[in-house]
Amino acid sequence: MQTELTEEQRQLRDTCREFAARELVPQAKRWDHEHRFPAEAVKKRFELGLAGVAVPAEHGGAGMDNVGYALAIEEISRGCASVGVTLSVNNSLYCDPVLKYGTPAQRDIWLKPFAAGDKLGCFGLTEPQAGSDAAEQRTRAVRKGDKYVINGTKNWITNGPVADAILLFAMTDASKGTKGISAFLVETSSPGFLRQKADEKLGICASPSCTIFFEDLEVPAAQRLGNEGDGFKIAMSTLDGGRIGIAAQAIGIARAAYEEARDYAKVRKTFDVPIAQHQAIQFMLADMATELDAARLLTLRAATLKDAGVRHSRESSMAKLYASEMSGRVTDKAVQIHGGMGYSKELDVERHFRDARITQIYEGTSEIQRLVISNALLKQ
Amino acid sequence: MDFAISDEQKRLVDTARKFTREKIIPVAQKLDEHGTFPQEICEQGFELGLMNAEVPQEYGGIGLSCLDHVLMLEEINYGCAGIGTTLAANNLAAMPLLLAGSEEQKKKYLGALTDGPIFAAYACSEPDAGSDVAGMRTHVRKVGDEYVLTGQKRWITNGGHASWYTTFARTGDVKDRHKGITCFVVPRDLPGVSVGKKEDKLGQRASDTCDILFEEVKLTRAHLVGEEGDGFKVAMKTFDRSRPWIAAGATGIMRRALDECRRYALERKAFGQAIAQFQAVQFMLAEMAMKYEATRLLMLKAAWSIGQGKLDAIESSYAKAFGADSAMAVATDAVQIFGGYGYTREYPVEKLMRDAKLLQIYEGTSQIQRMVIARNLLSAVQ
Repeated sequence: MQTELTEEQRQLRDTCREFAARELVPQAKRWDHEHRFPAEAVKKRFELGLAGVAVPAEHGGAGMDNVGYALAIEEISRGCASVGVTLSVNNSLYCDPVLKYGTPAQRDIWLKPFAAGDKLGCFGLTEPQAGSDAAEQRTRAVRKGDKYVINGTKNWITNGPVADAILLFAMTDASKGTKGISAFLVETSSPGFLRQKADEKLGICASPSCTIFFEDLEVPAAQRLGNEGDGFKIAMSTLDGGRIGIAAQAIGIARAAYEEARDYAKVRKTFDVPIAQHQAIQFMLADMATELDAARLLTLRAATLKDAGVRHSRESSMAKLYASEMSGRVTDKAVQIHGGMGYSKELDVERHFRDARITQIYEGTSEIQRLVISNALLKQ
Repeated sequence: MDFAISDEQKRLVDTARKFTREKIIPVAQKLDEHGTFPQEICEQGFELGLMNAEVPQEYGGIGLSCLDHVLMLEEINYGCAGIGTTLAANNLAAMPLLLAGSEEQKKKYLGALTDGPIFAAYACSEPDAGSDVAGMRTHVRKVGDEYVLTGQKRWITNGGHASWYTTFARTGDVKDRHKGITCFVVPRDLPGVSVGKKEDKLGQRASDTCDILFEEVKLTRAHLVGEEGDGFKVAMKTFDRSRPWIAAGATGIMRRALDECRRYALERKAFGQAIAQFQAVQFMLAEMAMKYEATRLLMLKAAWSIGQGKLDAIESSYAKAFGADSAMAVATDAVQIFGGYGYTREYPVEKLMRDAKLLQIYEGTSQIQRMVIARNLLSAVQ
């Protein structure tokens, strides 16, 4: 088993780490506070080749692998979790399926500018009544000649308010259940594409998400990704990759909280000694560091399997489940180590605590990950 | 053993529950969002006796027992923990006077609290002395019969709205630790008293939390609460009596979470059925209910002990630590049951999670409670 990073992976990680420390850490608190999408930072990040990390260079990407991608997301999220998820959605939920399922013509239009960072993508699967249960799609696409007419509602669409295109899922044949779902590539400027106001959330406040209504939205048949009825399969295999990104995001958030708590424990004094000398604090830090490493190993294993082209649903779900719940525990302990200061918006740690919570909810709640894992276990 | 509450207690609970439903719940989210102090609610709560509950009748209060008080506070906190903290804080400021103050001080300061809807604040923590009360640096210099008070207090609940403060300062050196700390009552209008920055907090945002600055404030013996050097003991005894109130904050938050989640789990469908049909959700609800019940019993036991006069610090710490940790776990699961909706401000559960976190921090962190518990356990061995 290989646990050493390649020179290329290490370089990417270090570049991202340096970028996060310089460009993200000093500003993340303000972006959160103002609920502002940091378009500038996203643009700069794209210049680093992070829009399509694992997309081959001929399609506009950086031509790296998924291990490198996971490392990059961790580093970016360590600086700002909102920027981390913006990046993860564009890479995993948009570029990856277009690369995998797109025709050469589709890749030219719908992948290249997105993997190159000139445009931003998003992913439209969730609906008000279909979150964890994605098969309950009520958005309808009706074929009319060489077009589809789409009506329905999607919500919690990350990047929705700022994206240039969406990978949209809709029912083309409701009688076939999940086999009646199809996927479409749609420009967000199309008539009938109606974005609602940005969601008010507990955390990741600099990552805008919104509800989108589709009213007689016309989409040329040439913009269908894959065959009719392939949508659910595309969505599920896409999420296998997306979960690696969210696991890495959760690790980045937890690492930020852990590092801040560790540093604080060395300077904060109670009972005449730095609190780092109290065993209660030492053991909290030991647990935090152990769990962080365990989560990263699970995540890099899933990324390695994806790079090898092996099915990795179970491993991605394990990584996402463990990393997100670890992130909840670690950020909670980090607030606790900071005491009253941890509860104040003066420091970053309360933001990490709020940001971590979403990782247990989006791209499949912890409960859905347990469903995927237990199904895989019991099928064997 | 009798777990029933009296008719009088039942009336008290009903009053608080009605007030919570009609006055607190409709505005809680908005006050939280803008960090607005619940002035009007406090004025209305004052009229109903919800504010100075433990001030004895001889000083114009309604003289509730700790047990009555926690029953009432659970109801208030069901609506909003930030408002619950605001309404309870006068009692915290009053407690050192009740424990160690002179008759004259009680008449003057407690009488003022019950005369009209004003606020008082307990000012103990400092920027560098939170958990470690004995590490405080605020000090007094004796000049003849006068005391000159200088220092900075932090995390002072209702600090910006208080008319007087019960505060603690050292008469000796910092190295003397808990010896040489003295309690004073300090009117806000004395020269040298000022309010510093207001905290921008994760949760309990309707509650006002400020720095209080004392610069060469001239005090006399009339401001001294108890004897010189008794301050640390007074502060600790105050916490023994106030920690059940925090447990009441926990029971309020947990009961609210449970109610919200039960309703939602029966309505929300996934995979063709209500999510309440899934064992994963059922078990989360079961855990939440167990944690609520266990906290409530620990809280009632601690409050009962206080009422019996056989105050036991360990029981207050059991209730506070177990309650705060439970409330955090329950509120976190509540967000999970609500899924994506739980993460938005459209539903009340994300606020419960933010509010619950403070319970593990203020009035002694969960870690300090464990220290108190362990110390008591070990010192009791013959």
